[in-house]
Amino acid sequence: MSVRPRFDPNRAARHRRARIGMVVFQLATLVGIVVLMALLYNIINNAFGLAAIEYRIYPATLGLDLETLPQTPRERLLEILETHLSPGLRRSLERTRPLTQRSNEELAALVLERVLQPKVLDTWPLVPSLLHTQDIVAEVHARFPQAEVRWVRWLNTRFLTRPQSSAPLRAGVRTAILGSLWLVVITAATALPLGVAAAIYLEEYARKDRWYNRLIQVNINNLAGVPSIIYGILGLAIFVRALEPLTSGAVFGAVAEGVTANGRTVLSGGLTLGLLVLPIVIINAQEALRAVPNSLREAAYALGATKWQVVWHHVLPEALPGIMTGTILALSRALGETAPLVVVGASTFITFDPVHPFSKFTALPIQIYQWTARPQPVFRNLAAAASLTLLLLLFLSNGIAVYIRHRARQRRLV
Amino acid sequence: MTETPAVELRNLNVYYGSFQAVRDVTLAFPKHKVTAIIGPSGCGKSTVLRSINRMNDLIPNARIEGEVIFEGKNIYDPDVDPVEVRRRIGMVFQKPNPFPKSIYENVAWGVRINGFRGTKSQLDDIVEEALRAAALWDEVKDKLHQNALALSGGQQQRLCIARAIAVKPDIILMDEPASALDPIATLRIEDLMRDLVQNYTIIVVTHNMQQAARVSDYTAFFSTDESRTGFLVEFGPTAQIFTNPKDPRTEAYITGRFG
Repeated sequence: MSVRPRFDPNRAARHRRARIGMVVFQLATLVGIVVLMALLYNIINNAFGLAAIEYRIYPATLGLDLETLPQTPRERLLEILETHLSPGLRRSLERTRPLTQRSNEELAALVLERVLQPKVLDTWPLVPSLLHTQDIVAEVHARFPQAEVRWVRWLNTRFLTRPQSSAPLRAGVRTAILGSLWLVVITAATALPLGVAAAIYLEEYARKDRWYNRLIQVNINNLAGVPSIIYGILGLAIFVRALEPLTSGAVFGAVAEGVTANGRTVLSGGLTLGLLVLPIVIINAQEALRAVPNSLREAAYALGATKWQVVWHHVLPEALPGIMTGTILALSRALGETAPLVVVGASTFITFDPVHPFSKFTALPIQIYQWTARPQPVFRNLAAAASLTLLLLLFLSNGIAVYIRHRARQRRLV
Repeated sequence: MTETPAVELRNLNVYYGSFQAVRDVTLAFPKHKVTAIIGPSGCGKSTVLRSINRMNDLIPNARIEGEVIFEGKNIYDPDVDPVEVRRRIGMVFQKPNPFPKSIYENVAWGVRINGFRGTKSQLDDIVEEALRAAALWDEVKDKLHQNALALSGGQQQRLCIARAIAVKPDIILMDEPASALDPIATLRIEDLMRDLVQNYTIIVVTHNMQQAARVSDYTAFFSTDESRTGFLVEFGPTAQIFTNPKDPRTEAYITGRFG
């Protein structure tokens, strides 16, 4: 009685459709890769290249080598400063601190800043610098007969270790890196414990059939999608304004002079970013807890364990690698946030390092933003170098996340 | 049976939300015997088993009516702590689920969390005793501190049994303990059950009727009605259930005519 099914396999058409699908997926991947490469190309292109530099006094005429300036004999540096500084300037420098008491680095910096006075006239990106070196040199000689053409690595150790400065050749990102690190530490210190605790409540304790728990869950999911500037405004209202006595450090009394800035401190910034990533941390931690097999919970319960023992001894350790990777990825996002920090009041130009939670601060994205907004072309190169620094920091933190996951997987297979 | 049963179900009804999973089960499990619970899929065997040590409490919308009498007391009374119930009535699950820790820790953990106060060597003794009782000691004594997940499936299941024994329960519930294992490992588990029944009451849910016939002293046969609610059809000594069942439905099932 059974009806014999009639097949129309049309395999050719099915295979064709499969091939089209594959090509579409490959194209999508390719687009992503191309965009990423373009981004990297753009940044790297601007972070290195030729620059036309003009000096008030050329280093060669004084027998100086720029690369090894701080290693120049001390007497020579002092002698240069003696002969080339105006008496008035020298007196005022001596008054701040006698030149002879200053370190070689400081003297070298003074020579560079006050005597040589390099000035970047124009810069060229990496690719044209490589391909059209001759043309550029010729162009520089035509336009600025005085200038010297030099290769500049805008991202160099000096750049990483020097504070911000208005002179592009002396500007660095140390302040911004330290500010970003402070922010990440404060963000992690608030978002990690709060987020994990909330996730444990929601996953392990809350009854999912209760409307209020569902409401909380929906709210958290939505909060993860709230634009970051809104968090900035929230942070401004709560941490900078309402909690000013706390976040400025006023209630804690002794705070170093000149470093505090009412509520606009690195603490406020960190707490704001903490709020920003909290929903993401919660959701990630929930995912990680949900991935812990129920059989593990049952095994523990069946031995007469209390809920706390089950969660603390088994569920949490099992979920920890997942929680850590999720948190680090969330922190990476915090590391790149700009908008809320602008609102909370990150300084755009400070030259001293944040030394405690109540310091004024700046962060790498703020610094990049500030440099890109400058009219002089040379700051583009600094912005590119700072972007590269930020990218490297992000790679580093993501690398740590991958490593933790890898370690956890290895441990399980032992 | 004149002896008091190890645990007794009285008019047990189990609901998951509005669905009734088990209807009106009254059943006494004899002490120091292996009782097998058999029946077709979805007849509530596991549900009944899990209600004996209050594992169903962990399922959010599960609800229980009736009584489970253990040592003269209904374990669902408000003053009974499910944590203590589960210590006294242990459980071994279908899929081996050792903790992702060392073999030693797997056994020692249950002892420790139940408030064990003693020396390291006393704990070592408890671990060894439990592993010996589970017929696993000789295979693992040289690698006690290796990860339990490196063991074979059969070894893992015996480790789970050792883990359950270590906290000195009175009853061990086994939910299809051999269904994920190969025939040789299955036989070892069955032998083990026969050994353990000297000291423990064992209640085992199984899909495998030969297994029920081989290991159990008593057998309870469950079936389902049209609304997929499970109920007890027949309970009796295994030999009688398999050779001379009173209920035609039991006979139909064990002769393979349905289920």
